[in-house]
Amino acid sequence: MRALVLLPAFNEAARIGRVLGGIRAAAPEATVLVVDDGSADDTAGVARAAGARVVRLPFNLGAGVAAQTGYKFAVREGFDCVVHLDSDGQHEPADIPALLAVIARREADVAIGSRFLGGADYRAGALRRTGMGVFGLLAWLLTGVRFSDVTSGFRAFGRDVIHFVATEWYPTDYADADVLITLRRAGFRLKEVPVRMYPRAGGRSMHAGLRPIYYVFKMLLSVALAPLRREAFERKGS
Amino acid sequence: MAELTPHQTMFALVTSLLAFVFVLELVRRRRLREEYSWLWLLTAGAMVLLVVWYRLLILITRIVGAVTPLNTLLLCAVLFLFAIAVHYSMIISRLASQVKNLAQELALLSARLEERQR
Repeated sequence: MRALVLLPAFNEAARIGRVLGGIRAAAPEATVLVVDDGSADDTAGVARAAGARVVRLPFNLGAGVAAQTGYKFAVREGFDCVVHLDSDGQHEPADIPALLAVIARREADVAIGSRFLGGADYRAGALRRTGMGVFGLLAWLLTGVRFSDVTSGFRAFGRDVIHFVATEWYPTDYADADVLITLRRAGFRLKEVPVRMYPRAGGRSMHAGLRPIYYVFKMLLSVALAPLRREAFERKGS
Repeated sequence: MAELTPHQTMFALVTSLLAFVFVLELVRRRRLREEYSWLWLLTAGAMVLLVVWYRLLILITRIVGAVTPLNTLLLCAVLFLFAIAVHYSMIISRLASQVKNLAQELALLSARLEERQR
């Protein structure tokens, strides 16, 4: 199985070196791709020096678009599996093989790293917990599945899923819980896997400022439009 | 029902005609693409029609329950502006998605080129 480890990165030159080292140690046979989302610093140079392949977007387009660029890359180069993780050190590279194994054994089409399953000991602030609770509830309403960690960006996709997310169906403007909901509605099998996550070492969180409000609005819109969209999904997803 | 005064008629007619000619001129000089001009021409045309064909204006005024024909004209103008704004949002959404795809394509192609030259 050809596996691609995908890291979208925006101004992560200071942090990405360590993450890439961790990946090299945990999954030496995997190809590593860093999608530089229009960084102003030397993210691309650091990544290249660490042995990763690099794709540079000409300007900043957001984490979702950067990730999708990686999925398009994987489709073109014929990878069977893509593991997506954050480039800021929040996700533990040592857990990559566990996600890959789910795809390799065909237990599911999507493996989601959950920081709340099993022995994980992630501690979140009150605001963050509330937010994750709301998103989890929305995801549950939309899919009928209870996810323990709906905002996890640590996940692996199998071949069919990679092809699906490389199309216009991929929700590029807010790409965590929405991706899970989209994939579930498109009929893919999802499985959660316990992983370790750490608080951010620095930089800006995706869930900052007014964005959570927009996020909830978008999810509600998604709930309302879900029945109208289902047919189109089935056509595209098959 | 209050009639439009000649003053109001003249003003409405002249403004809508000017708008119509202005949009046509932009299209002629290729400053505005045909595909984006039709809604503007329709707006200006409808305004001219309503001013000239007074009984149609009265009829519409009765149907929507407006107080004066001038209100109807304003209502029409607002509705058309709304339609144009939504039309633009649709165009912008499409352009944003095209720009996104182009940027991704460019990034993937130049990465392949760079790797080949290395």
